Amino acid sequence: MNQTVGGVAVTPELLMFGAIAGAAAICAVGVVAFNNAVRSALCLVVNFFLLAVLYFTLNAEMLGITQVVVYTGAIMVLFLFVVMLLNLGGSKLVHEKSDWKKFVGILLGCGLFVILGAQILPQLVHVQPMQLDQDLAKFGGPEAIGRTLFTEYAYPFEAVSVLLLIGIVGSILLAKRRI
Amino acid sequence: MNGVPLAAYIGLGLFMFTTGVVGVIVRKSPIVIFMCIELMLNSVNLTFLAFARYQMVPVASPERLQHSMMAGQMIVIFVMAVAAAEVAVGLGIIMAIFRLRDNVDIDEMNLLRG
Repeated sequence: MNQTVGGVAVTPELLMFGAIAGAAAICAVGVVAFNNAVRSALCLVVNFFLLAVLYFTLNAEMLGITQVVVYTGAIMVLFLFVVMLLNLGGSKLVHEKSDWKKFVGILLGCGLFVILGAQILPQLVHVQPMQLDQDLAKFGGPEAIGRTLFTEYAYPFEAVSVLLLIGIVGSILLAKRRI
Repeated sequence: MNGVPLAAYIGLGLFMFTTGVVGVIVRKSPIVIFMCIELMLNSVNLTFLAFARYQMVPVASPERLQHSMMAGQMIVIFVMAVAAAEVAVGLGIIMAIFRLRDNVDIDEMNLLRG
């Protein structure tokens, strides 16, 4: 069981991570590649759900649940509502020509991936997670997050609440036909 | 998860971010572009959480360690809130443009051209 690939031991956890991450990566490509906006949105839902699973593997349980509720629940429903309202589903696809922009975009993306990856990834290959003792193992739970959010991060929390209020008022104003 | 190096999480985040960038450049439907922006935000969230869990630099005291592990999660919460506000306002703008022009090709939106 102690095979190594490039100096990294292949553990069962790594294989499981590979399966989840591969599915998430395929869904991410599907968001960009599908011509139909509804299919892109459904790919994005699966991707966000798999990301929530990865948050659980990182001991961030509270944020994993928040990811499912906020992203796959609220934000994606909003997306699907707009797709349905604009009727972008089958008949009225935006005409996408295969022009030079597509080629240049994919080329630029590959370049970005190679440049950033070559700089960052080799340093991190051997970094393993910290061993968590009894207290630190609960760092992703609701209690720890709530305590930190309402003490140390109280001012950013209030600022975010003002931002969300402005967002609500702005979107209502935008949605009204006549003010 | 023990046994998974940090490079795996960062590599997935990098791949998703790059996919989002390519989508923003290539696609023409504004809704799909919004989805790609969400993809980029989520890859950044994954990166923050991975760095919060792995703690590459040794920290002196347990309080400092707790503090630095919470910082990444707090940023993720704020990114989620900003993304929610952004989606609400952005989709409202798309609806308003659609009502005005009856067409949502992003290349033909030139209302702000001087």
